[in-house]
Amino acid sequence: MSAATEQLLAVTGNQAVAMAMKQLDPDVVAAYPITPQTDVVQTFSQYVADGLVKAEFVTVESEHSAMSACIGSAAAGARTMTATSSAGFALMWEVVNVAASMRLPIIMTTVNRAISGPINIHCDHSDSMGGRDTGWIQIYNEDAQEAYDATVMSFPIAEHPDIRLPLMNMYDGFIISGAIGPLRPLSDDAVKAFAGESPDGHSLLKPEEPVTMGPFDGLHGWYFEHKISQNRAMEAALPIIQDTYDRFAELSGRQYHHLMQYDMDDAEVAIVVIGSAAGTTRTVIKTLRDEGIKAGLIKIRTFRPFPTEEMVRALSGVKAVAVLDRADSFGAQGGPLYLETLAALYQKGGRAKTVNCVYGLGGRDLYPQNIEDVYRMLVDAAAGGDLPHSRVYLNMKGE
Amino acid sequence: MKWDISDIKDWGPGKHEPGAVIPEAGNARAYKTGGWRTNRPVRDDDTCTQCLFCFFFCPDASVLLEEGKVADFDLDHCKGCAICAKECPVDAITMHPEAEFRRKAQ
Repeated sequence: MSAATEQLLAVTGNQAVAMAMKQLDPDVVAAYPITPQTDVVQTFSQYVADGLVKAEFVTVESEHSAMSACIGSAAAGARTMTATSSAGFALMWEVVNVAASMRLPIIMTTVNRAISGPINIHCDHSDSMGGRDTGWIQIYNEDAQEAYDATVMSFPIAEHPDIRLPLMNMYDGFIISGAIGPLRPLSDDAVKAFAGESPDGHSLLKPEEPVTMGPFDGLHGWYFEHKISQNRAMEAALPIIQDTYDRFAELSGRQYHHLMQYDMDDAEVAIVVIGSAAGTTRTVIKTLRDEGIKAGLIKIRTFRPFPTEEMVRALSGVKAVAVLDRADSFGAQGGPLYLETLAALYQKGGRAKTVNCVYGLGGRDLYPQNIEDVYRMLVDAAAGGDLPHSRVYLNMKGE
Repeated sequence: MKWDISDIKDWGPGKHEPGAVIPEAGNARAYKTGGWRTNRPVRDDDTCTQCLFCFFFCPDASVLLEEGKVADFDLDHCKGCAICAKECPVDAITMHPEAEFRRKAQ
């Protein structure tokens, strides 16, 4: 616990992450500004200009170039970070996949913002959820403290010799990125010690051990096997991420899990959600618990790799569950969280009734009343009623 | 390092370097790409002035020199792009369908 400073700061989510980046002081940051991520890289570039960090800051002309520069940098063995949002993430798309397939432990903060159109700068998860199959580890954070902590924990996860995958940290645009909240930072020394040194590996800057990276796989090569290796690294990552969460708890006193469970011990109805909506949900649970309703909440932090076993265990005693998606999957049977949760339940013989609620697209507010309505719908279902088979849209206009 | 890939045809997912890294320099020689070729370059030694344009322009280093003079083409790696034929100032190099050579061989 000695590593925790006595400081209690009031900072925005973006400032919290920029502060963690300053303490980590990676070798290279290559980034392009985009709302609502901008002041992550703006603040960090100020640290560079003020000589507070040693990092090489590469100003690039687009996000495609940002990720390409990150790939070159990481391939050279440099600790590399970047940040983006929405359209910037979309523009990176091609090379985001390349970073994962080259097994480069790049750390990216993705401040969640709606994907166009109509053009919209506000929060939803359609950017990073669209990238859920790119081969990056995905950690979703509820508030500034979680985003800071996740950033500090990133390199030991991504660089682990059994993993070697890029990792992205998410938090809600504006709601968290721009709003001021409490932050208990760690000391610079504690952050540096936790991050440690990157393990030795192949590097383009070792002339005595020349290698080729990013080669053509041949006409009938091993692309298939390389993809399987990527997925196996993802599977291996699940326990290593938890181990890193546990080690971080010893340092900070803040214990994280793949799934953060609230009032789930005796819960009969539950909501599964990601991000800042979890806070609103907890306040609603307090009200419902006072009425004797056994309501619980599962907040997903680790989304890639998906903690299937843990999800099934968490929902084992639940009669009815609503999965809240802040991104839709058009033409699919539900949003990304819903499909994952449903697949986990079905595989393992789970019997809970399920419903998918889509909320918050393009920054649409989610009120406590909306969440309370969901819980009351679940209570009816737990008592024998049916749940809608199609999506329930929360706080939709006109209907 | 020397990268032993003698049994690579049987390699499964765990055998490869993560990220498809090739941990050995200069082994492109072992990867024979000549089979991609549709047309084969043929050089007429009487017309050739040994200007070496073909050697410098070849993108696959497949024009072989002996004592500073063009001697042959490396048909294991020549992809038949015909840049040599295009650049030759005296038209000493002409391109011929591979099928012709196969017929002759039979």
